Amino acid sequence: MPLMDWGRDMTENYLVKMRGITKAFYGIKANDGVDFDLKCGEVHALLGENGAGKSTLMSVLCGLYQPDDGVIVVNGRKVVFHSPKDAIARGIGIVHQHFMLVPSLTVWENMALGSRDMEFVIDENAICERIKELSQRYGLDVDPLTPVWQLSIGEQQRVAILRMLYHEANILILDEPTSVLTPQEIENLFITIKHMKEEDYGIVFISHKLREVFEIADRITVLRRGRVVGSMKTFEATPERLAEMMVGTSGVSEVRATEEKPKSNGKPLLVAEDIVVKNDKGLIAVDGISFTLRENQILGIAGVSGNGQGELAEALSGMRKIESGRLYFTVEDVTYASARQMVDLGVKYIPSDRKGVGLVPNMNVAENVALRKYWQPPFKKGFFIDWDEVYRDSKSLVESYEILTPGVNIPVRMLSGGNLQKLILARELSGELKVVIAMHPTWGLDVKATAFVREKLLSARNDGSAVLLISEDLDELLALSDVLAVIYRGKIMGMIEGPKAENIEEIGLMMAGIPTSVGGGNVIDED
Amino acid sequence: MELIVPILAAAVRSGTPILYATLGEIMTEKSGVLNLGLEGIMLIGAYVGFIVTYNTGSPFWGLVAAFFVGMAVNVVHAFLCISLKANQVICGLAMTMFGTGVSSLLGRGYVGETIAGLQAVALPGLSSFPVVGPVFFSQDVMVYISYLLVFVVWFLMYKTKFGLMMRAVGDSPLSAEAAGISVSAVRYASTLLGGGLVSLGGAYLTVVYSHMWVDLMTAGRGWIAVALVIFAIWNPLRAALGSYLFGGVEALQMRIQAGGTTVPAPLLMMLPYILTIAVLVVISVFKGRGRMLGAPSALGLPFYREERE
Amino acid sequence: MRIKVEKRFYITKWQEVCIILASIVLAFSSGALVFHFLGVDPLEAYKMMIDGSLGDFYGVSETVAKTIPLIMCSLAVALSFTMVVWNIGAEGQFVLGALACTAFVRYLYVDNFVVMLACMGISALLAGGLWGAFAGFLKARWNVNEIITTLMMNYVAILLLQYFVYGSWRDPTSLGFPMTPLFPKSARLHQFFSTRVHSGIFFAVIIALILWIVVRKGVWGYEIRVSGQNPKAADYAGIRSTRNVILVMFLSGAIAGLAGMAEMAGLHRRLQPGFAVGYGYTAIIIAWLARLHPLAIIFVSFLFGALFVGGENLQIAMRLPLSSVQILQGLILFFLLGGEFFRNYRVSFISRKR
Repeated sequence: MPLMDWGRDMTENYLVKMRGITKAFYGIKANDGVDFDLKCGEVHALLGENGAGKSTLMSVLCGLYQPDDGVIVVNGRKVVFHSPKDAIARGIGIVHQHFMLVPSLTVWENMALGSRDMEFVIDENAICERIKELSQRYGLDVDPLTPVWQLSIGEQQRVAILRMLYHEANILILDEPTSVLTPQEIENLFITIKHMKEEDYGIVFISHKLREVFEIADRITVLRRGRVVGSMKTFEATPERLAEMMVGTSGVSEVRATEEKPKSNGKPLLVAEDIVVKNDKGLIAVDGISFTLRENQILGIAGVSGNGQGELAEALSGMRKIESGRLYFTVEDVTYASARQMVDLGVKYIPSDRKGVGLVPNMNVAENVALRKYWQPPFKKGFFIDWDEVYRDSKSLVESYEILTPGVNIPVRMLSGGNLQKLILARELSGELKVVIAMHPTWGLDVKATAFVREKLLSARNDGSAVLLISEDLDELLALSDVLAVIYRGKIMGMIEGPKAENIEEIGLMMAGIPTSVGGGNVIDED
Repeated sequence: MELIVPILAAAVRSGTPILYATLGEIMTEKSGVLNLGLEGIMLIGAYVGFIVTYNTGSPFWGLVAAFFVGMAVNVVHAFLCISLKANQVICGLAMTMFGTGVSSLLGRGYVGETIAGLQAVALPGLSSFPVVGPVFFSQDVMVYISYLLVFVVWFLMYKTKFGLMMRAVGDSPLSAEAAGISVSAVRYASTLLGGGLVSLGGAYLTVVYSHMWVDLMTAGRGWIAVALVIFAIWNPLRAALGSYLFGGVEALQMRIQAGGTTVPAPLLMMLPYILTIAVLVVISVFKGRGRMLGAPSALGLPFYREERE
Repeated sequence: MRIKVEKRFYITKWQEVCIILASIVLAFSSGALVFHFLGVDPLEAYKMMIDGSLGDFYGVSETVAKTIPLIMCSLAVALSFTMVVWNIGAEGQFVLGALACTAFVRYLYVDNFVVMLACMGISALLAGGLWGAFAGFLKARWNVNEIITTLMMNYVAILLLQYFVYGSWRDPTSLGFPMTPLFPKSARLHQFFSTRVHSGIFFAVIIALILWIVVRKGVWGYEIRVSGQNPKAADYAGIRSTRNVILVMFLSGAIAGLAGMAEMAGLHRRLQPGFAVGYGYTAIIIAWLARLHPLAIIFVSFLFGALFVGGENLQIAMRLPLSSVQILQGLILFFLLGGEFFRNYRVSFISRKR
């Protein structure tokens, strides 16, 4: 049953019309004269690689950014949004990539936040009632009284979606909703979206994944470098054409591991035996994991974020304490080794948080290159750092990795995401290299940078190193891994040698904690 | 028992100015703004309370004036920290210096002068209960108001729309902004309201506690209040506990001194400050694991809208 | 018209200097308003201050004498601030240094200048250092807020001073006034040409140079800079933050302690209750204004020294209390903080064209 009373000009059934939207940051146009519209009862996909301007466009629509130029018409009325409050009042709802929920508040508190018709003294019962109603109607199961920080990622997304409905939005924007879900959860999400369609909601589906867009969208608009490169109905499109529009050149070959996958009995380099690691809250995050990383091998670890990957990566790189179990580098026991000792052994770590962990944004390129080498001989001379040597090293790294920067003296926060990752890669892959632990290495990068990173990881493997690749991107894992493990609640659910696309279903089940017949790995507890 | 009851009653009296200041700072910090200028604001409040009472003869107007002047002074802190995104630690220190200097300067001609301040008013019926009566119900009006205030602040923070906004803004301002809330507006409101309460705490010292003006009379209470906010884990109910604890130490220390002891005065006077450190250590040791629930995650961090990744 | 606020990517040195100058001018202008409000002619007051501090040889020498403790306390504070450890306790550490060297003179005096210099210096460094390291330890081990602990220890330090000066250390020949006996000859730092500028100035300059080199080029300097800018990256780099926090607080306290010793042995030569006049707090403003740069600190300390001396002159000539200087300091800091905004953000006006 249609629920809107948004009256007005519904003759054309256009919920949203955006014309000529332009938004620049520091002189660079994130959106350049973009046109976009949305009809009642349709799913319109915004497709483009990372950095193309999709999120910016929707941030403009939901009132977070004010456009430098352009017109927005919502439900037949021209509107100007000065803040998200205005957009919400006009029926626009958005689920951001990072959900934008307040962790310390409960589900119902998060939902009611910003509610127009809430009284000064909050009526908790009425709010919870309404949430239960909506929850049942749309099949999105949530417990209103749970604090959000206790919820899983999938649950949090449900809360974010319900919140849009709670605020009576009829324009629903989903920003890369599938990047944090298991394949089964993605299916459920699509069912929900189709349900919304039938109820005459308009849905904007932002994604960089071609496959999904084909499955769920009625119309597709492709953005590249802030401009619309094409807009068509889904049945008029082909994957090749879309890919070409997204990237600008034809056929950027996807980087794949060579067919001749090296045998899996290379020399073991990093061996984990039943390691247990705790998270910041003191709870067990890695619950007895064992595996062997061999030279010339890429071991991929798939899993929904928050299942212990971060803690595992930190433990392996020496940044986090291993509570029990053992870790060996070749034959040496490194269970209690520090981060520095691991670096000296040749175990390098590419963290997922580039600016938060991997680099010091206010320091320059050279100082950042020194970050993981400054205690080593050519760079350290007694109590001082030989900055000349550091600068020399930085310059050569910048050259060989083609990092776009005016010089090595520039504060690193001025570099683009892709160049930041190249810098981290350059630093970690240089010097003594035996093992590389890469966590979400291509997250947020455009196609070119992504290909670059993957190439470098592959060549590291081919040169004899072991690579541990932790990623949420199943396609990436399938393309690069020699062996694929799935992590769930800190345990390895299973391992697959030479994983292929056919394995996706069982991988998805393992990601959701359901053990399958393809075994290996640890004994799995019944939940 | 004979000895203890007067000390407990004195503890409540001594703890009340700290309680006002702590409650005010809890409100401010819960929305994410750190205000370290409490010492300066309390001194300004103390002076305003004094001078208005001195000139009008009415303690009521002294207290009211202190509240509003405290709010006005906090506009500076709010503007610098919220709109101009200044470093909140340094801003608080500047406010401390400024407030201390202003109160010293303006009060220099009045050192030792007395005013007709508030007197104790025993609550009928309640004040005749053994122990509890004289300790809690034979105090002045400001103490009674402070009991209500603890509950009011708690209610405001956890049961009202404004409180919800405050907690959201203090924990995750980006999410709050995306939900349509003006982070600035909420922070301004809580900083000003909080500042008014802090100033009232200072005014209590002159208008009620001592009935006179002494230079630098807060003696670090503003800083103790900042520490108590952490001890209370940003909860108004625990703030009362902490405040009376300090009041107790102060009352005890004065009693010991008055009783004629060989312990030199300066050493006794160190007790509140040492206790503050001890209290902070205790709370950090026991609550240190992981996330201190109640601590506003965005505390002290300026919020910039339109932050690009 | 709409105000658009954008984060700045870069700022030229010239722009930075302009902003700082503008802030100071505005601060003094509002200070003038304060004076006017108090019935004092601001121009007269400012002229008095400049005359007193820079107008004649004696004034300049007094300014330089004040600059010595300011430089050292500011260096101490700047060192800890580099690691974003807020040492607000320079005042107390300053006092501890003075206490330590006074204790040495009282109980272990030896009539040998070199020995006394070494002993007083080391005891002051240790006393101030340990006073600071305690707060550092609490922060490193249990994440106890160092702003509050160092501040509380300031109060304790001053009470400790009172305890000794009114108590067992009081000079029996001082007619009841609370002060220690005068330091004997071998415990004094030399004063130059009948001014009160003493050889503590060498400590100040040498420490400034050492810090400059260590922080910019040294291994440990790099480590504390990284820790201050991005603690998580510091963990990633294997930097031992716990050790560094304690070490930085120890060194910071030690330098402030040494400042206290220099002030005692070079200037006062006897301990009195009013020994602490707020250098530890002014040091915070100086460090902030000088952007933690040791050489800039020397220059800025001189200016604030002039401010202090000028304030004393106001006290004598116009009977205004020293708290007026505190008000000016607060105002300067407010406007500097306001000016920071323009350093970090660019404001532009956009006309709506719809």
